[in-house]
Amino acid sequence: MLRARDLGRRFGSRWAFARVDLELQPGERLLLAGGNGSGKTTLLRVLSTLLSPTRGALEHFGAPAGADPTAARRQLALLSHAPGLYEDLSGIDNLRVFARLLGASEPLPPLLERVGLDPARAEPVRAWSAGMRKRLQIGLVLMQRPRLVLLDEPFASLDPRGFDQLSALIRELPGTVVLASHQLTMAGALCDRALLLDAGLPRWEGPAVDVGRAWKAVHGGAA
Amino acid sequence: MREPLRHTWEILRKDVLIELRAGTRTFALFSFVLTLLLLFSFAVGPDAPMLRAHAPAYLWMALLLASTLLLARSFQIEVESGALDALVLAPLALPALFYGKALANAAQLIALGLVALPAVIALYDVKLVESPVWLGAVLVLGSAGLAAPGTLYAALTARIQGRQLLLPLLLFPLIVPCLLASVKATALVLTGDPLEQLQSWVSLLVAFDLLFWSLCGALFPRVVEA
Repeated sequence: MLRARDLGRRFGSRWAFARVDLELQPGERLLLAGGNGSGKTTLLRVLSTLLSPTRGALEHFGAPAGADPTAARRQLALLSHAPGLYEDLSGIDNLRVFARLLGASEPLPPLLERVGLDPARAEPVRAWSAGMRKRLQIGLVLMQRPRLVLLDEPFASLDPRGFDQLSALIRELPGTVVLASHQLTMAGALCDRALLLDAGLPRWEGPAVDVGRAWKAVHGGAA
Repeated sequence: MREPLRHTWEILRKDVLIELRAGTRTFALFSFVLTLLLLFSFAVGPDAPMLRAHAPAYLWMALLLASTLLLARSFQIEVESGALDALVLAPLALPALFYGKALANAAQLIALGLVALPAVIALYDVKLVESPVWLGAVLVLGSAGLAAPGTLYAALTARIQGRQLLLPLLLFPLIVPCLLASVKATALVLTGDPLEQLQSWVSLLVAFDLLFWSLCGALFPRVVEA
């Protein structure tokens, strides 16, 4: 499904992350844990093919990522920090734009209802709460029917209710999931395995339920 | 429809929809063009022959200045919201993204020109000597000549601070020949073409458009992937 060997990405003279080895099987869920600036976002952008790695080898679905990025992009979805939505358009208009680009034929109102949004809501997305935007982003991900889903800090700026709603949606996501977060307890409950990054280097890998203990061992503090 | 053509059409449709929904921005741009035309007439004063003679230059200068505002926000919407990443991962063929956006920008410039033309006629007391079809052709070709390099440079500067200043600095020197041809062709439509030069200027505009649209379309993927 996803295989990375000695993966690294450098900006100028600074390595955002390095020496990352990954192997994900279909249906597996990996938590990418680490503090701010630990390289999680850059690693996700490399895994999504938006950035090319400076070193190492990356394979998506059994093929080298650099050989045919378009083929890989058809099978993956990224939910990034930035909303990736058109602020002047309504939720259903946003879905419609991407559905037309993707050639998706799925009816959109039921998709919006599935993520807990009202399809008749005509106000532009700029007036929506952070939780509603995240749910709309998840709707976009579901519409793509990806085999690999990459989630970058999906719980950022969400209240507890928003977190519960989003967690339920993430549990429903099909395929393999890589979830980057520094909210270890909450995100760990949604994943099987965890990889802890610190200053761009992998420091620990193991069951997601143990990631809090690993964090304390690396950082010497609470998760 | 083949996929790149479908993607181009969808990007064009999406950009037009966003502009229609963000009505105040579009209204502000139209008002900006009309204000510029009014200011040019105030600056020259009540010298009707001079206003008439320079009307084509005022029209294209107003469109050029408005184009910098229009083009700067063309990719700003995508970059600030992160939608550019979503489009790349859709996956969208990057030339389709360029041509969709360039067509949307050209369409908006043509719309601005259509609003500005009655104002030019009223403010500068000009009359159409040649067929209005020629004027329409010059407006379309001149707008296309501004839109293609403008869209490329808008993508190039979208992630840079001070893009509002950098975009015209990069764009203006490049489009000087296209601007000159547009002004000259418009002047011949408005004042008459006794030496039958209009067709040559229009042919020159067509040549610039072909060059800009093919070259910028080829360079665009490198700009976005960089």
